[in-house]
Amino acid sequence: MSEDAKRAYWSRNLRLMVILLAVWFTVSYLFGILLVEQLNNIVINSFPLGFWFAQQGSIVTFVALIAIYAWRMDKLDEEFGVAEDRPGSVRG
Amino acid sequence: MSTQAWTFFWVILTFGTYITIAWRSRVKDTAGFYVAGQGVPTVANGAAVAADWMSAASFLSMAGIIAFQGYDGSVYLMGWTGGYVLLALLLAPYLRKFGKYTVPDFVGDRYSDTARLVAVVAAIFVSFTYVVGQMRGVGIVFSRFLGTSIVVGIMFGMAIVLFYAVLGGMKGITWTQVAQYSVLIVAYLIPAWAIAGQLTGIPIPQVSFGRIMQELNGLQADLGFSEYSSPFVNQSKLNVFLITASLMIGTAGLPHVIVRFYTTRSVRAARWSAFWALFFISLLYLTAPAIGVFAKYNLLNTVSDAPRAEMPDWFDAWESTGLLAFEDLNGDGTIDYTPDPATNELTIDNDIMVLATPEVAGLPAPVIGLVVAGGLAAALSTASGLLLVISSSVAHDFYYRRLRPDATEKQQLLVGRLAMAGAVVIAGYFGVNPPGFVAQVVALAFGLAAASFFPTIVLGIFWKRANAAGAVAGMGTGLVVTAAYMVATLYGGVEPILGVAATGFGAIGAIINFVVAVVVTKATAPPPVEMQQLVDSVRYPSPAAVGTGKPPAGGAH
Repeated sequence: MSEDAKRAYWSRNLRLMVILLAVWFTVSYLFGILLVEQLNNIVINSFPLGFWFAQQGSIVTFVALIAIYAWRMDKLDEEFGVAEDRPGSVRG
Repeated sequence: MSTQAWTFFWVILTFGTYITIAWRSRVKDTAGFYVAGQGVPTVANGAAVAADWMSAASFLSMAGIIAFQGYDGSVYLMGWTGGYVLLALLLAPYLRKFGKYTVPDFVGDRYSDTARLVAVVAAIFVSFTYVVGQMRGVGIVFSRFLGTSIVVGIMFGMAIVLFYAVLGGMKGITWTQVAQYSVLIVAYLIPAWAIAGQLTGIPIPQVSFGRIMQELNGLQADLGFSEYSSPFVNQSKLNVFLITASLMIGTAGLPHVIVRFYTTRSVRAARWSAFWALFFISLLYLTAPAIGVFAKYNLLNTVSDAPRAEMPDWFDAWESTGLLAFEDLNGDGTIDYTPDPATNELTIDNDIMVLATPEVAGLPAPVIGLVVAGGLAAALSTASGLLLVISSSVAHDFYYRRLRPDATEKQQLLVGRLAMAGAVVIAGYFGVNPPGFVAQVVALAFGLAAASFFPTIVLGIFWKRANAAGAVAGMGTGLVVTAAYMVATLYGGVEPILGVAATGFGAIGAIINFVVAVVVTKATAPPPVEMQQLVDSVRYPSPAAVGTGKPPAGGAH
């Protein structure tokens, strides 16, 4: 693996990380805490929206974020040929 | 069968299962004892992490705290799940690639032996703070449902944990935890479904609790309490923010959680393990807010303004444990539950809400017994994971890596097992004389973990220039300042600075650690080339990626 490829792999990893962490911050700290009073004026299915983000929405988003990360990193590893050898792997 | 008979039935059945599993997966070498031979499948590891993670605090205390604090209880929900995003993105894959046994292993190899020593002290300190809460939880469960005193309950819990943690090490603990996860999640979800169906006709608590919450808002307003869903009643906005951040950063810095990602088969498996772990955890965490609302609603409807003489059996049973107290101040024989301490006649401990809720809702005896077994599973699984960290810190990081590098496998295992036994006894002592209610003790452990490990490890992975002097200074300052602030504000009678709660100080401690580490690193020499190569090697999953590259600039030495 060349130095250029290593740098490219690492910066792609960092970019993915920053995007996912931005979403992480938005659903919890922004929607769930800082803007909770404003969002609570919107009520959906009996739930004030800010409260819902703090106690349900943020958690669901966190699970999705990790799934997206693991999936995108699998792709990135394959693309740059740094995936580990896995016995029984169908992809060479 | 009576509730107590059912409780005995479930407790004996589940304990028998754990002991069988522990016996079948007992180990003879240190790799098996510390990281289960790095052979744990991804989904199983996720379930084990979830059980390891969800403690007596999650299972017993959390829904109760949410029931009493309403929106402000969100700090635990977001804090104890959001940390997994940090863990998955910033730590787990890299530490798995590093591939040793403990957190001090990474800190020591990346920085220096002094840094390793600071990490060992921090790991032991954090894990002890945390394990005390678990022992306390076990004691409460035993005392209420099996009719023993809290002390006897703690003794019994100690004996069980000691047995399977000593026997199977990480391998035994991991497979036992998979079973414990199954028990605790079933025990948590069944009553939630049943009560949701009872109250709303829709047995999906996450969907239906909004409607009950609207009614609860009205009920609380009638009694003079603020609305359940209104924010910042018990905590300021600043503290909600800081406590959430401390719990998140602390989660990602807890040694007993981090080491679980050493046990997977590959880097890829470590990432997916983090996903499965949070998925399994979210099943409980998405249900807890619903239980909080249902519990509070049922409780207010049953006890408020009702005559004491008409209270059901559970009221007497909990009163006898001292965790629920009624004092008839105005002598009218009815229970007045109000926000004003001068007229309020009922005090309820947070920790009993989950255990009492099935009884308050009148669910059948087998379900109540199952919840008890679930509470014990949560406390025991976490305690065993923590004890492993304590024993590995003493036996592996201190005894083997510092004192006796020539120790044989047999000697290392023996020292590890002795360390574990000692830890259980000390934890038991503090369980009997606890410094606060279960979740609070645990919350302090998070602050300390946030202020010590997280910044140091993240800098070690993402900044090649980070060096030993910076790491030691950062960790030391973060840990000391945070511990001092907590002790001073909680026990020293010192006024909190700007109103920052002790439990929220961990985030500030983490920032202090970061800043000190960066400043000291900049002022001192860069780390040796081997260290920079180590950083390179943890960044790329495949071993080939590192070996074939050009040596880094300045590679000659």
